[in-house]
Amino acid sequence: MSQPVWRRGAEEVGNQVFFMGGFFRNIFRTGFEWNEFLRQAFIVGYKSLPLVGITGFILGFVLTLQSVPTMKEFGAESYVPSMVAISVIREIGPVIIALICAGKIASSMGAELGSMKVTEQIDAMEVSGANPLQFLVVPRVLACIFMIPLLTLMADGLALVGGFLGSNIGNKISALSYFNKAFSSLAFSDIVPAVIKTIFFGFAIGFVGCYKGYNSDRGTESVGLAANSAVVNASLWIIVLDAFAVQITNIVVYN
Amino acid sequence: MDMQGGVVINDSAVPDDKKTDGADNIVIEMQHIKKAFGTKVVLADVSMKLKKGENLVVLGRSGSGKSVAIKCIVRLLDTDGGSLKVFDKEVQDLSDEQLKDLRVRVGFLFQSGALYDSMTVGENLAFPLIRVLKLKDTAEIEKRVADVLTSVGLLEAIDKMPSDLSGGMRKRIGLARTLILNPEIILYDEPTTGLDPITSQEISELMLSLQKKYQTSAIIITHDMACAKITADRILVLDEGKFVAEGSYDELQNSKDESVRAFFK
Repeated sequence: MSQPVWRRGAEEVGNQVFFMGGFFRNIFRTGFEWNEFLRQAFIVGYKSLPLVGITGFILGFVLTLQSVPTMKEFGAESYVPSMVAISVIREIGPVIIALICAGKIASSMGAELGSMKVTEQIDAMEVSGANPLQFLVVPRVLACIFMIPLLTLMADGLALVGGFLGSNIGNKISALSYFNKAFSSLAFSDIVPAVIKTIFFGFAIGFVGCYKGYNSDRGTESVGLAANSAVVNASLWIIVLDAFAVQITNIVVYN
Repeated sequence: MDMQGGVVINDSAVPDDKKTDGADNIVIEMQHIKKAFGTKVVLADVSMKLKKGENLVVLGRSGSGKSVAIKCIVRLLDTDGGSLKVFDKEVQDLSDEQLKDLRVRVGFLFQSGALYDSMTVGENLAFPLIRVLKLKDTAEIEKRVADVLTSVGLLEAIDKMPSDLSGGMRKRIGLARTLILNPEIILYDEPTTGLDPITSQEISELMLSLQKKYQTSAIIITHDMACAKITADRILVLDEGKFVAEGSYDELQNSKDESVRAFFK
C-alpha cells in the first residue's frame, strides 16, 4: 500500500531541508573545490550566454513593439524607454531569465547527477571516503548563485538594446535620447532588489537541479524523471520566491 | 566449526595458512543481519565471518541480497538489525569521521566500474589521493597513479576517457582506483559480469594476483563459476536472505543439495 500524499510531501520537505543543511555545512569545510567551481561557473555562465542574450534582446524588442501602439493612444510614447527599462529590470528580466536557466541548467544538473547516481559514480565517491556533496553539489549551486545574477544583468542590458531597436521601427529616436530616458527613470531601488532576488533564483536553480539528480532512483528512466522534475520544481520555486521578493521589496523599499 | 545463520561454517574450506582461531584475524563479522526495503525482506538472517587474507565468494540468484549485504559493510545501506563489525568496530555506531577512515581501509569495486565519466583515467585515480588522502605533491600522485596502472597492465590508458575504454578495461581501471588507497579488504560486486570468458578469466586471475601482492582480504559477489573457481578460498551460497551452504568449490560442486549443485552446472 502506498503512503498517503501528506506523508510523502512531508518526507520530501524533510529530505530537502536535510540536503540543504549538507550543502551549507560543506561550503565552509576545508578543501573547497575551486577548480570544479570555476568549471561549473564556465558551464553555467559562458555556455548560457547565447540563449540568455537572445532571450533578453527579444524580450526588450517585443515588449517595446507591443507597448508602443497602446502608449501612442494615450500620447505617452515618450515614456516607452522608461517603461521598458523599469519593467525589464524590476521584474520581467529576472523572472524570464531565471525560468530559461531553470530549463537549461537545472535540467542538465538533474540529468548529470541522476546518471552519476544510476551508474554508481556517486556511491563510488562515497565509499572511497570522498565527500560527493562537497565535490558535486557545492560548486554547482555556488556557480548558479554567482552566474545567474550576472546573466540577468547582461540580459537586462540587451533588452534595453532590443527596446531601442523596437522603438526605431517606424519612429526615429537617437540612442542617446533613448538610453538617457531609460536610465533616468531607474534608481538603485530598482536594481538592487532585482539583483538580490536573482541570487535566490540562482540558488533555487542549482539546489533543485542537484537535489533531484542526487536523489534520483536507480534506473535509466529516473534520469529523465530527475531532469524533468528539476525543471518543474525549480520553475515553481522561482515563481514563489518572486512573489515573496516583490512583497518584501514593496514593504522595505517603496513604503 | 561454527554455526552461523543456519549454516555450519567449516574451517576445512580455508587453506591451512589462513586458518586462525583468534578473533584478531576476523576482519568482517556479520551476526543475524536483517535488511528490508518496505515490506520486501532482502536479508532475513545473515551471519558470516571474513578472515584476514581470505577470498570469500558469495553465490546466489539475482535478487537474493548479495549486493545489499556488501553495501551494508561500507554503510552505503543501513542494516535494520543484527551486528556488523568491521575491524572489530560496529559499523552502525561509527561517526562520520570513523566511517570515512573505515571506507579508506575497505575498497569497493562496483559492477560497472563506476568510473567518473567527466575525468580521464589518470584523474579518476588521482581523485581519492587528492580528496581523501589530501596529497598535494604532484610528482607523488603521478607516481602512485602510474604504479597502480602498471599493476593492472593499463599504463597506456592514463589519458583516455572512460567512454573510450572497453568493459574489461573499465573493470581493471575500477580495480586500480580501489587499490590506490591500499585497502585491507576489497568488496567485489560482480567483477566479471558482462565480460567475455577470456577477459573474465583475466580479471579473475588479476584479482588473485593482486590479492597476493597487496595481502588483501576480499568478498567476491559473483554468478560466474569460473571466477569463483579461480578466486575462492571459501564459498557461501545466499538464498532468500540466508546463507544456505558453505564450503570449498569442490565441496559445493558435490553438495547433496540440488539447488546448490545447480550453480555449478
